[in-house]
Amino acid sequence: MSDITADTVPVVALVVKDETPFRRFVSEFFASKIATSGLIVFTIIAVLAILAPWITPQNPYDLAQLDIMDGRLEPGSVGGSGMTHWLGTDDQGRDMLSGIIYGLRISLTVGIGSAFIASLVGASLGLLAAYGGGRTDSLIMRLVDLQLSFPTILAALMILAFLGKGVGNVVIALVIVEWAYYARTVRGSALVERRREYIEAAQCLALPTRRILFRHLLPNCLPPLIVVGTIQVARAIALEATLSFLGLGVPITEPSLGLLIANGYEYMLSGKYWISFYPGIALLVTIVSINLMGDHLRDVLNPRLKK
Amino acid sequence: MTVYLLRRLLQALLVMLAMSLIVFVGVYAIGDPVEILISPDADQMERERAIKALGLDLPLWQQYLTFLFRAVQGDLGRSFVFNEPALQLILQKMPATLELAVGATFMAVLIGLPLGLYAGLKPDSAGSKAIMAGSILGFSLPTFWVGLMLIMVFAVQLGWLPSTGRGETAQFLGLRWSFLTRDGIAHLIMPAVNLSLFKISLVVRLTRSGVRETMLMDYVKFARAKGLSPRRVTYVHVFKNILIPVVTVVGLELGSTIAFSVVTESIFAWPGMGKLIIDSINVLDRPVIVAYLMIIVMMFIVINLAVDLLYSTLDPRVRLEGKS
Amino acid sequence: MSVATLEVRNLQTHFFTRAGVVKAVDGVSFTVGRGKVLGLVGESGSGKTVTGFSIIGLVDEPGRVVGGEILFHGQNLARLSEEEMRQLRGNRIAMIFQDPMMTLNPVLRIDTQMIETVLAHTKVSHEEARQRCRDTLGMVGIPSPEERLKSYPHQFSGGMRQRVAIAIALLHRPELIIADEPTTALDVTIQGQILAEVQKLAINTGTSLIWITHDLSVVAGLADDIAVMYAGRVVEDGPVSEVLDKPLHPYTHGLIGSVPSRNKRGEPLRQIPGMTPSLLKLPPGCAFRSRCDRATAECAAPIELMELTLGRHARCIHPHMEAVAA
Ligand SMILES: Nc1ncnc2c1ncn2[C@@H]1O[C@H](COP(=O)(O)OP(=O)(O)OP(=O)(O)O)[C@@H](O)[C@H]1O
Ligand code: SF4
Ligand SMILES: [Mg+2]
Repeated sequence: MSDITADTVPVVALVVKDETPFRRFVSEFFASKIATSGLIVFTIIAVLAILAPWITPQNPYDLAQLDIMDGRLEPGSVGGSGMTHWLGTDDQGRDMLSGIIYGLRISLTVGIGSAFIASLVGASLGLLAAYGGGRTDSLIMRLVDLQLSFPTILAALMILAFLGKGVGNVVIALVIVEWAYYARTVRGSALVERRREYIEAAQCLALPTRRILFRHLLPNCLPPLIVVGTIQVARAIALEATLSFLGLGVPITEPSLGLLIANGYEYMLSGKYWISFYPGIALLVTIVSINLMGDHLRDVLNPRLKK
Repeated sequence: MTVYLLRRLLQALLVMLAMSLIVFVGVYAIGDPVEILISPDADQMERERAIKALGLDLPLWQQYLTFLFRAVQGDLGRSFVFNEPALQLILQKMPATLELAVGATFMAVLIGLPLGLYAGLKPDSAGSKAIMAGSILGFSLPTFWVGLMLIMVFAVQLGWLPSTGRGETAQFLGLRWSFLTRDGIAHLIMPAVNLSLFKISLVVRLTRSGVRETMLMDYVKFARAKGLSPRRVTYVHVFKNILIPVVTVVGLELGSTIAFSVVTESIFAWPGMGKLIIDSINVLDRPVIVAYLMIIVMMFIVINLAVDLLYSTLDPRVRLEGKS
Repeated sequence: MSVATLEVRNLQTHFFTRAGVVKAVDGVSFTVGRGKVLGLVGESGSGKTVTGFSIIGLVDEPGRVVGGEILFHGQNLARLSEEEMRQLRGNRIAMIFQDPMMTLNPVLRIDTQMIETVLAHTKVSHEEARQRCRDTLGMVGIPSPEERLKSYPHQFSGGMRQRVAIAIALLHRPELIIADEPTTALDVTIQGQILAEVQKLAINTGTSLIWITHDLSVVAGLADDIAVMYAGRVVEDGPVSEVLDKPLHPYTHGLIGSVPSRNKRGEPLRQIPGMTPSLLKLPPGCAFRSRCDRATAECAAPIELMELTLGRHARCIHPHMEAVAA
């Protein structure tokens, strides 16, 4: 089992060559049914989001396709154009299913994009701290402490309060509130790895610093980074949704799931639950599938729980 | 002990200073302070006067000192919207938020601790697996969406609980509280549940892993070898040990609970600081935003200090080190 | 004829792990008479601790006592209910653990941890219980016990903590104490003091002792009888002086040869070659086979513990009988 899975992930295996800790990491991941099903569900969601323009029954942003007469139809009802709205429609007659799939696209883009940028920024700073040591280290770590002591939602709110709305600004805010987690993680494992012989060996060979960092240190910091990254993607998606719900995130022209839910808020009080309910379910399933993976990954890496 | 306290206070002061600098830079250097601090409705004359009054024509460092000087005196500017001192405005809303956050925290402990204990003691039982699955859900459920669903079910469809506001309040210690009246409690329940959901999951996990790790300790086995009843082993030997991390984390989380009440308060129209800040952000009432930030930072510092003190009274090992 | 305090017959304790069944204890037999000290020796992982926990019924998951009898005054402990066992534990059978730094709960005061032990088994007032704790602490050589009762474990040194643990074990004047390497973690002088005190107590109170250790010199000075364990089995037992002077089993023989003090000066230390076999897939027959210089093909068949001379048993078909005969 373990051999097969290690081989079926050729891309990852290529990056780190024959590094056994990483292979073990991958095979232990697939040993858990829950984590694997999380991955499967997430993959389905991601594929849906990517294929949105080709698979949705309607382009929810094409105003020409919308008919205000179809507004707030119940799930399963047939609209004026003869189309069945399986999840109902919103106040402007937009098919909820299409809206949700497009919304997923934005939520995932913002969530994964910000996590990716934050991981680049954070990992670089973390490596710099570990490798630079001394003053560089303490300066970076003070910043990390400051960042981590402040609740992410507040920091993000404040940043958006000053920057204003917009997809780009949301990503910036998310990167600012997230980088510290990566920095701390990478620094921690880099400090451990740094002491190992192979770094010494690499240093003796007088390899350039950059090469040591990226070819030797980083691959070994990768597993913990992946764990943090997984959990942070989920957090970023949730945070983006929350910010958008509060009206400070993405603009109305690019509605993410959070904004779709916010749109349904006022109609919910009159019993039209579906406008808020289904986007919420989509959000929930996305976040749960990511958390299931992250949760298991963390256990895999926690030596204290290993028997 | 006094030395320790003094050192902590000094640290707190430094953090406040750093925060004030960040806020200052945010407001004065990145943004346009004229736009931020002066009401957009003001006419040219008023603007000129305000710029002079606020010292915006002075060099930046001098401006910072002025800002600091005023802040120390409790002057964090006036709200454009309410035309009241921002600080006063926020302090008025503080009890409502504290009530909500503390209520949520209690709920998290009262619900999370027993569940976590059970999950830790019987890790393989079906109940534990359900609890753990529930806790993943608790971590994953977006707070705001749960809030909406709570309103939909309990307010709209069942009509059991009111969906907005604080309800009737009663006077206590010179402030008005909801938890002292029946109506107030009815209003408090849903927001508190909503806010506590994430924390319940946190407490469950913390307790569970604490129990699992503690159960493996020699001293627990020794306690059993002494012939103690299983109840005493669990509720004295194990429980006292896990209480320390749980109390510490929950205490430290109070800050983030207060921060997250921003979302809950907006949904349930709970008239606290969080609702105020969102409203202020939406209308760009920036003096209030600045004041809110400074107050939040101060609260954080106070909470951290209180938790540290609490921790040292709970854990005898730390207590001794503090004395010597 | 009086019944022995404890008689263990063919005890089997297995751990049902994912990797397979670990037969940590697989055929352990010995007898401890009233007021006697039994030294239970064997290398790390030979199952000494698991044997101790099996006796007091505290084998952790996924382990289980799967066979044999544990006769305490003739009563089979393996058959008792959990509640009946609890009433015995800490009361008539006490155990002292290996690591004194880990046996006391760090967040509870010493008085709490002692008094609860008294109250778990007797109905006395809190004050009486406290008095008994104070007396017992004095008995194990802890100065100003009243003050010490109010301390927390971290305020004690390792030696002091072990004394407290011993005091807790003595609170109910048990008939049997299982001491699991209680002095290995301590330095030599403190080890000596504690040994002397425990010996005195055993003589004065008629308590029987099972003293688990690696250290043959401790056994030599303290024990009446000795049981040597290897890979979950007792391979030899008998009176301590005889076994140490004239070991029958090749393993015991090697063990004694590898103790520096027992060697003649200048002579190279003998060592037992090879490693302890894995308990997971132990082949039938003598477990020592792969390391034994006397092994023959017959050793691959199951071998029982046999009485070779009066009061001496060994689990070997080619024992060092020449030593006894000579
Ligand atoms: N919880 C457990 N799960 C699986 N195997 C176990 C467990 N506890 C003990 N064992 C096995 O039982 C064997 C005997 O362990 P035990 O602790 O009794 O050895 P010991 O003779 O006391 O060694 P030491 O001198 O190091 O204390 C070990 O090899 C170990 O593999
Ligand atoms: S039975 Fe055979 S292998 Fe085992 S100890 Fe005796 S001689 Fe050696
Ligand atoms: Mg042992």
